[in-house]
Amino acid sequence: MFVCGSICGAAVDFLSHRVCLSSPSQQRPNMFPKGTKRKFSDPAEEPASSGDPGPAAPPPAARTLSSSYSLQRQSLLDMSLIKLQLCHMLVEPNLCRSVLIANTVRQIQEEMTQDGTWQIMTQALAAAQCPADRLVATEVLCRQTEPGAQAGQSPKPFPVVGLEEGYHSEEVVMEGEVETEVTMSTLSPQLSSSSYLAGPFGMDPCWDEEDEDGDCEEEEEEEEEEEEEEEEEDEEEEDSEECMSEADEADRDHLSADSRTGEQVFGTFEIKHPTPPPDPALEELFSDVDPSYYDLDTVLTGMQSTPKMGPYDLLESLSSHAPTALSSSASCRSDLNELDHIMEIIVGS
Amino acid sequence: KMLKSGEKHFSLTLILFKDIWRYIRFIITNKCIGERLNSLNATDKRFRNHNLLQADIISTVEFNHTGELLATGDKGGRVVIFQREPESKTEPFSQGEYNVYSTFQSHEPEFDYLKSLEIEEKINKIRWLPQQNAAHFLLSTNDKTIKLWKVSERDKRPEGYNLKDEEGRIKDISTVTSLQVPVLKPMDLMVEVTPRRVFANAHTYHINSISVNSDYETYMSADDLRINLWNLDITDRSFNIVDIKPANMEDLTEVITAAEFHPHHCNLFVYSSSKGTLRLCDMREAALCDKHSKLFEEPEDPSARSFFSEIISSVSDVKFSHSGRYLLTRDYLTAKVWDLNMESKPLETYQVHDYLRSKLCSLYENDCIFDKFECAWNGADSVIMTGAYNNFFRMFDRNTKRDVTLEASRESSKPRAVLKPRRVCAAGGKRRKDDISVDSLDFTKKILHTAWHPTENIIAIAATNNLYIFQDKLNSEMH
Repeated sequence: MFVCGSICGAAVDFLSHRVCLSSPSQQRPNMFPKGTKRKFSDPAEEPASSGDPGPAAPPPAARTLSSSYSLQRQSLLDMSLIKLQLCHMLVEPNLCRSVLIANTVRQIQEEMTQDGTWQIMTQALAAAQCPADRLVATEVLCRQTEPGAQAGQSPKPFPVVGLEEGYHSEEVVMEGEVETEVTMSTLSPQLSSSSYLAGPFGMDPCWDEEDEDGDCEEEEEEEEEEEEEEEEEDEEEEDSEECMSEADEADRDHLSADSRTGEQVFGTFEIKHPTPPPDPALEELFSDVDPSYYDLDTVLTGMQSTPKMGPYDLLESLSSHAPTALSSSASCRSDLNELDHIMEIIVGS
Repeated sequence: KMLKSGEKHFSLTLILFKDIWRYIRFIITNKCIGERLNSLNATDKRFRNHNLLQADIISTVEFNHTGELLATGDKGGRVVIFQREPESKTEPFSQGEYNVYSTFQSHEPEFDYLKSLEIEEKINKIRWLPQQNAAHFLLSTNDKTIKLWKVSERDKRPEGYNLKDEEGRIKDISTVTSLQVPVLKPMDLMVEVTPRRVFANAHTYHINSISVNSDYETYMSADDLRINLWNLDITDRSFNIVDIKPANMEDLTEVITAAEFHPHHCNLFVYSSSKGTLRLCDMREAALCDKHSKLFEEPEDPSARSFFSEIISSVSDVKFSHSGRYLLTRDYLTAKVWDLNMESKPLETYQVHDYLRSKLCSLYENDCIFDKFECAWNGADSVIMTGAYNNFFRMFDRNTKRDVTLEASRESSKPRAVLKPRRVCAAGGKRRKDDISVDSLDFTKKILHTAWHPTENIIAIAATNNLYIFQDKLNSEMH
């Protein structure tokens, strides 16, 4: 996965740059050597090597952790999230791999919660002032759009999760242009503390048909699922037909899953870029990122329509390594194969 | 003497086993298989040309119960069967070599229209059925469908039909003046492979294992979340015997990684999970074996805990010993032997490539940490074998506690040469000649699939798209 490697490399460099921490001796292969995990309660571990903490550095409560450790942990988290994303790109994601990566993310998140850095991150995001033209905080709309209208940049939503009580704000921080509307169930405080705003997406008409009891909550949950279906379909309209016939059992579970719970565990997405990334290339890369990346359920079941090739190609172009023969040929091949099959259906041969 | 004078310092490490190993290399390359396959019915020729390398990657290797046949499956959905040549006295060196016996296309790529996903034709597992008549039967499976194939020989054909001539054309009745009885005449050996059963539409997730029961009537297929029991004769029904799918997929934290029936007790089977646990189940206890009879799990060492602990504990393969007393499991860094009577910890733990422990983050980054290595017992259950990176594979003698690292590559072994043991040294460590440093290991060359002949010291090693067969030639002249 040379592609993944180079992106992670970029992420790590970016983080180092931002936090003004230079640890040139820190080699990634030795990132998590055995037994060097630092405990929160260990006062002797006051890092003299913490260097100059950047704007997103942990506050005094968590500063007993070495900054390099939290940096490494952060980059591991980023790497894992990218991997979960890339899972989607493949023809059929390997469930075992997805589960293992998801467990790793969960583990990191739990540790970060214990250390208190989690809260810092979420607050940093809340406080982060992204460029105004990207903030859609008040732009909560209940309009529906057609799937096809989402061609082009698909905005990347940041479902914000309040793990702590008292964090109720709902924001949508988007990158890229807002081309679609948000179908939002509610802004009401009736939502639990783990409220979230489903990202901008349109209601896919096919899901509408299947979902007759448009319960608000159910809608909310389904929106999260449809969001992925939506985003993936926006580039290939033929797949909307296939979407309609997705009545598989696995889909049902997928549909009925309480994504809110998933958000609780996986509300890490805002951490991805707590402050505006200075790297425009990375920014552009992630603006096309499939929001289904955030949903564990989709990741695990692999229930999605067309693998999204756009971001994958983008990743490829950014990577300094050529993708391995295996991955590139797999993607080309699946692409070709799929088109072939679609053509066969259409032609009726 | 086997050893050259200059290699005396290796003598101790070379003589590791009771027998002296002398390997005869026999490589089957993709090229010769590819030539045979041009005549096959290849529906996706475009893919074959475009992905010739990928389609030829061997994905499974399995000896049959006598060891006479060796089957390999590849990513292109093809199965190649090798047969061992009978030993001949005239050519002592060609005795027992494996030659291609039959090649056929087992699975084709499919497209799941409901999910808009491609179903790979890659053969995940092949399992032979015990032989009951002249024909051989094997089960091959891809991610979704299992097929039963019959492999039979034909070496006679009837001649002397009354109504048809030699070429099969209908004879002019008026030319037939007398009747004759058709006679069976010998012909060139022809191997026919026909599909006898197709077991489809029973798995939502990807099938990772199949295992034939000792009752010779049933077999099981395991995917990531479920295990189904089939009758070999019935294709439209299967019984679900294990289901670990949570009601809420979001709660999913563990998947099934491998499963196998006990070699003698037809009611017992074991399955492994991604969390490093093994569960022995008894089908007599309940129809749904979600509740295990025994749970084998090694408690985690808290000092060794890292973010990768769970990933490297995931069991990639589980094999019963031939005796049925032990279990062999493989996780990322170790191979473990478990006693069925002791659930608390493994009997023996063998470090396959512990030098990778400090490199887990890089291996996570390049996805190598998710590689699924298989493992194998020898016929006597005294030696275990498993693959590693850089085309290395390892063997551990359980009795002498000695181990050896060998390499399967063209460069390092010539025909009939003795395989030289390899050594991996830590970066910057004391390095001997011919040692390989950890940093120079090639992680794209991985040996995931290995098989050991059921009774003899013959091993089959799949190195990407090459198959190596090594034999131990007991030669009384050399010691």
